[in-house]
This record gives sequence, structure tokens and C-alpha cells, in this order.
Amino acid sequence: MLIPLSHYLVVAGLLLVIGIFGIFMNRKNIIVIMMSIELVLLAANLNFVAFSGVLHDMVGQVFTMFVLTVAAAESAIGLAILVIYFRNRGSIEVEDVTMMKG
Amino acid sequence: MIANLAFYLFSFILLISAVMVVTSRNPVHAVLFLIVAFVNAAILFLLAGAEFLAFILAIVYVGAVAVLFLFVVMMLDVDFAAWREGFQRYAPVGSLVALVLFAELAIVMAGWTVAPAASYARMFPMPVNETNTVALGSLIYTSYLPLFQLSGIILLVAMIGAIVLTHRDRKRARTQNLAMQHARKPDDTLVMVPAKLNEGVVLPGKEAL
Repeated sequence: MLIPLSHYLVVAGLLLVIGIFGIFMNRKNIIVIMMSIELVLLAANLNFVAFSGVLHDMVGQVFTMFVLTVAAAESAIGLAILVIYFRNRGSIEVEDVTMMKG
Repeated sequence: MIANLAFYLFSFILLISAVMVVTSRNPVHAVLFLIVAFVNAAILFLLAGAEFLAFILAIVYVGAVAVLFLFVVMMLDVDFAAWREGFQRYAPVGSLVALVLFAELAIVMAGWTVAPAASYARMFPMPVNETNTVALGSLIYTSYLPLFQLSGIILLVAMIGAIVLTHRDRKRARTQNLAMQHARKPDDTLVMVPAKLNEGVVLPGKEAL
């Protein structure tokens, strides 16, 4: 691979940290929380692909594909839950979600 | 050299747009920055040699998932101003957690190298004279077939779940009721009236006329 592995690892690490930071910062806004989760999964995928390129092993790319699949399913289900939650409550504030229990 | 420059440029754009996703005031802008981040990540995939995944990321993520986010953001009529409340309140905790996490990652990275024996532990080395798509396809349809099928089932379950969750019966919709149609008999609607010559026909229920 042309680019050294450490460069990819630093970028993926920063991306993961930005995603975690976004989860903490947007406590009211569940859509941005889901976008932050997408960023975290993208960081994981970047690591998979970088290691696959350095070690010349195809398995990393195979598992990247599975991660992409699961992430797509997760965001579809999450957005569906969000839509019905908004339809019932009229807001999507995460802090009110504890009302759902019981 | 050019590859290095391209890597720095696109990873810089990727990180900047990731920061904008997290901090932008308008969620529509956040989704658009998420699209920019996905495109740049796809270019980084391309630089790492994963061509098929790069285009999958561009097509499936930008074309489907990000647009799904955009639909939901625009469909929900929420108060954008109220979303920013508590941003300052959570900033110290969020920054602290992010710093600690990054420091831990840096500590792990500092004393880490690829083990020399790692290249002997490869499960499926990249074939030399095959394209990336062929290599990936010949792997997921043979050795990883069960996992591949399982991911298809996961997508099916997600699709059914999303439809079941968001579907609602409209009371005003006029749909076919097959059981009612099959239970219908000629006697319910049909009346035989003997018609005499030169007298015409009086319909039952219409005698007053």
C-alpha cells in the first residue's frame, strides 16, 4: 500500500473520537446521535480496510461489507422508531425517552 | 507522493466534515456534511485498494442511508432552535471523554508495530492477477457464504421491521375485503321480478312511485 498504516490509524482514531464527542454533545437530538454512530462505524471500517491493504488480506474487506450491512439496517430501524416516536409524542428529545419504560 | 498528498487532502476534508456533522446548528446541514464525509471516506478506501467497497460506500451510503436521514430530518417538523439547548452544558464532559479516549488510543498506538509473523497468519491473501471485485466476490460466495446470507436476512428483517413500525391503517382508505366478496350470494342483491305483458314492472321497494 502506498500510504503508511499509521496515517490511516490516526485518521480513523480521530474520526472515532469525533463520533463519540458528537454522541455526548447532542443529547437532545437523536438524529445527530445516529449520525455520530455512523461516523464511529465508518472509523471502524477505515481500520478494517487499512489493515486489509497493509497485510494483503481480503478478509478485512469482507467484514467491512458486513459492517456496512449491519449499519444500514441499524439506521433504517432507528429512523423508523424515531418516526413513530415523533408521531406519538410530537418531539424527539432523548431525555424524555425514559417515559417509555413500564 | 501524489497518493500521500491526496490522502492528506481527503482525510483533512473527512475530519473537518465530521466535526461539522457533530457541531452544525441545522440538522439538514449535518446530513449534507455526513454525505461529504462518506464520499471522502470512499476516496480513502480507494487509496487503500478497496475499490469495490469504495463504490459501495458511495452508492449505498450516499445514495440510500444519507438520503434516508435527509428524508427523516425534513419530514419531522421539529423545533431546530431547541435542539441546541445544553450544548454548552455537555461540552466539558464531552471534551473530557473525547480527550481521554484519544489519549488512550495514542498510548496504544505509540508502542505498537505490526508483528513480523502477521503476514503468515493471513486467511485469504489477495490474489495477484485478479481485480478487487472478483477477489471479494469469490470470497463471499464461497468461504463466507453463511455470513453473507445472514447479512441478507438481517437486511430483510430490518426492512420488515421498518415497514411494520411505520405502517398505519388509514380508516378512510377503501380496500378490497376478500372474505366479504367471497361470502356474497346472489340472493343478497338479486331479485327476480315476473314481468307481465303490457303492464310493466314494479320494483320491490319502489311501489309508492
